[in-house]
Amino acid sequence: MSGAPPGLNEVLQRTFSFPKRHFLSATDLNEVEVRSLLDLADGFVSLNRQTSKKLDLLKGRTLMNLFFENSTRTQASFELAGKRLGADVVNMSPRSSSISKGETLIDTAVTLNAMQPDLLVVRHASSGAASLLSQKVGCSVINAGDGQHEHPTQALLDALSIRRAFGDIAGLKVAICGDVLHSRVARSNIAMLQMLAANVRLVGPPTLIPAAAHLWNVEIFHDMRKGIASCDVVMMLRLQLERMDGVMAPSQREYFRFFGLDREKLAFASDRVRVMHPGPMNRGVEIDSEVADDLSVSLIQDQVEMGVAARMAVLTSLSARLENDR
Amino acid sequence: MSSGRPLAFTNARIVDPASGYDGPGAVLITEGVIADVARKPDLGKLSPDVEVVDAGGALLIPGLIDIRVKTGEPGAEPKETLKSAALAAAAGGVTTIVVQPDTHPVMDEPSVVDFILRRARDIELVNVYPAGAATQGCEGQRMAEIGLMHEAGCLYVTDADRPIVDSKVFRRVLSYARAFGTPVAHRPADPWLSAGAAASEGEFAARMGLPAVPAIAEKIMLERDLALVELTGARLVVDQITTASALESLKRGLDRGLPVTATTSINHLSFNEIDIGDYRTFCKLDPPLRSEDDRQAVIEAVASGLIQVIVSAHAPAPAEDKRLPYDEAAPGAVGLQTLLAALLAFHHEDRIPLIDLIRTVTAAPADLLGLSAGRIAKGAPADLVLASLNTPVHIDADKLVSKSKNSPFDGRRLQGKVLRTLVDGRTVYAA
Repeated sequence: MSGAPPGLNEVLQRTFSFPKRHFLSATDLNEVEVRSLLDLADGFVSLNRQTSKKLDLLKGRTLMNLFFENSTRTQASFELAGKRLGADVVNMSPRSSSISKGETLIDTAVTLNAMQPDLLVVRHASSGAASLLSQKVGCSVINAGDGQHEHPTQALLDALSIRRAFGDIAGLKVAICGDVLHSRVARSNIAMLQMLAANVRLVGPPTLIPAAAHLWNVEIFHDMRKGIASCDVVMMLRLQLERMDGVMAPSQREYFRFFGLDREKLAFASDRVRVMHPGPMNRGVEIDSEVADDLSVSLIQDQVEMGVAARMAVLTSLSARLENDR
Repeated sequence: MSSGRPLAFTNARIVDPASGYDGPGAVLITEGVIADVARKPDLGKLSPDVEVVDAGGALLIPGLIDIRVKTGEPGAEPKETLKSAALAAAAGGVTTIVVQPDTHPVMDEPSVVDFILRRARDIELVNVYPAGAATQGCEGQRMAEIGLMHEAGCLYVTDADRPIVDSKVFRRVLSYARAFGTPVAHRPADPWLSAGAAASEGEFAARMGLPAVPAIAEKIMLERDLALVELTGARLVVDQITTASALESLKRGLDRGLPVTATTSINHLSFNEIDIGDYRTFCKLDPPLRSEDDRQAVIEAVASGLIQVIVSAHAPAPAEDKRLPYDEAAPGAVGLQTLLAALLAFHHEDRIPLIDLIRTVTAAPADLLGLSAGRIAKGAPADLVLASLNTPVHIDADKLVSKSKNSPFDGRRLQGKVLRTLVDGRTVYAA
């Protein structure tokens, strides 16, 4: 993007009134909204690199993190994003509170709603949980991962990382590799990257690619060398180890042999290839450390940094919308 | 390669199903490979260092490929070793065998595949390829290392006699194997209907008081398998279809264009349940021998091409496993050495044309598994069998080469005798 880091005013000018109350799915967004969010996030990246990172854009707002599934990095990322914007942040983790004691998701929502939060960040093991919550509360709901459905802020931070690395996303060849079947990251990324005119391919054993994925306007490959051939971005997905013990794939060693990203396979990709992974990585299973730690190809650290900025952009935009509602 | 001098067979009757040729011919072999094929009795002028064998009108066919062979190695060597099985194969004109994975340990990972291939190289008789297990331990729960075994040289995957009961597991095996182009062989047998059965349900089993499985147990599982093939697009090998009702399902599947290849065993073509007679345990097989109507339907299905591959289903069982009450005896029969003569019976009975019979044990299995053998063509490996079509033979189980002598053909009179077997141009058997 532009040369000098933008100042606060410039970033604020990029704030636009987000037309939606919730941030639930990449498919809810349109191209203009995504580009606006990316521009805004870009500004926050620069601000985040300054010594004084604290803003007051969300001053007085309450951000509630509601994580039914454990997640260190996503929760920390949202917490940091909220705090840097000046919001009060509360972390609710059902395991350590009364809301695990037999209360239904809707009861929990109603209870929390009564506390008047402004922004509710939800992660849940069931697809559609964030959407269900959003129907029962008065605040903005942000989906931080619902089952095997979507993880839209991850897609936004991935798009931001790619755009900053390549300048533009349109026309890039992106291979999403591994356990697409169970991946909410993959579903959000497919939707958002295609919206931004990238060329998306899916690579993995047939047992880990959804049966109807060929209807998603993606090319599907079961041979990784062919799948990542001449690709600009190779996005690896995390594969849960227990799925690799004969259930979805025969063994970790076989998975790595055919679908693990190592130097040898990566050589088939484009010369300017960048490697991504949403984390946490299974080193030596889906990705070789040699590739993951090579900063000349790996965007994995960037993704974490972009995560905070992308989430700041989402929180700011939703908050601006709440302002208009008043 | 111990190919030695160039070798020529002249004045033979070549039957080569791959090219559809049945007629006079001659073949020149150099360096273990078929160097020339003539569709006339001689090859013209040959260099003086060629050893010429006048076949005297005998049958010259591609070496047989038997894709379902059990040995006892590793783990049960007293039954049969790879070497004794290879000797039996050579004596029977079988030049390629595919051994089953249900050994001890189970062949479910690449190092066992590697062991088999190394042993076969050391024995240097016939070609031996492994079939890998489809699931770990052939237990039907978790996928085996199909990709790594494929790379190591496995030709297909199967759990051998054990059906994969869990449809979700079988679906995953099919989809996964498809990515590697590896066919999956599966026994069509409903496990609950088959449990404990020693014979086929019917008047005979009822009279003899044997626990029995209805014929439809085969159809039930085959229908499921065909539906999963339709879902996954994987290549399925039906491991021994033996009943008329399952053949109807197979035909519907093939008519829909499903990628399915069906096999049957020489035993189910040659015997019916009545052959069990007075509890002859050599006729205890898995799947069990069927009714005469089923046997006739299976013969018809071979004749019509519905069943494409015939296997010996070679399953050695020593006397101590067979000399037991019928329902306690081990199932299975040896068959490598008798396969060709038993097949030729259908030619002698005018049931199936000779070239079509030979196809089921040469070109058809070769095409299924992507082997360059199984044909008499320039450049193909010189895996050949010279056989006399009409010589009568009397099968004496005690004289079979296998370590186990459990042959249901014991005492049978057949026509057709293997005279010489060549693998890569080497003579591995001569009568």
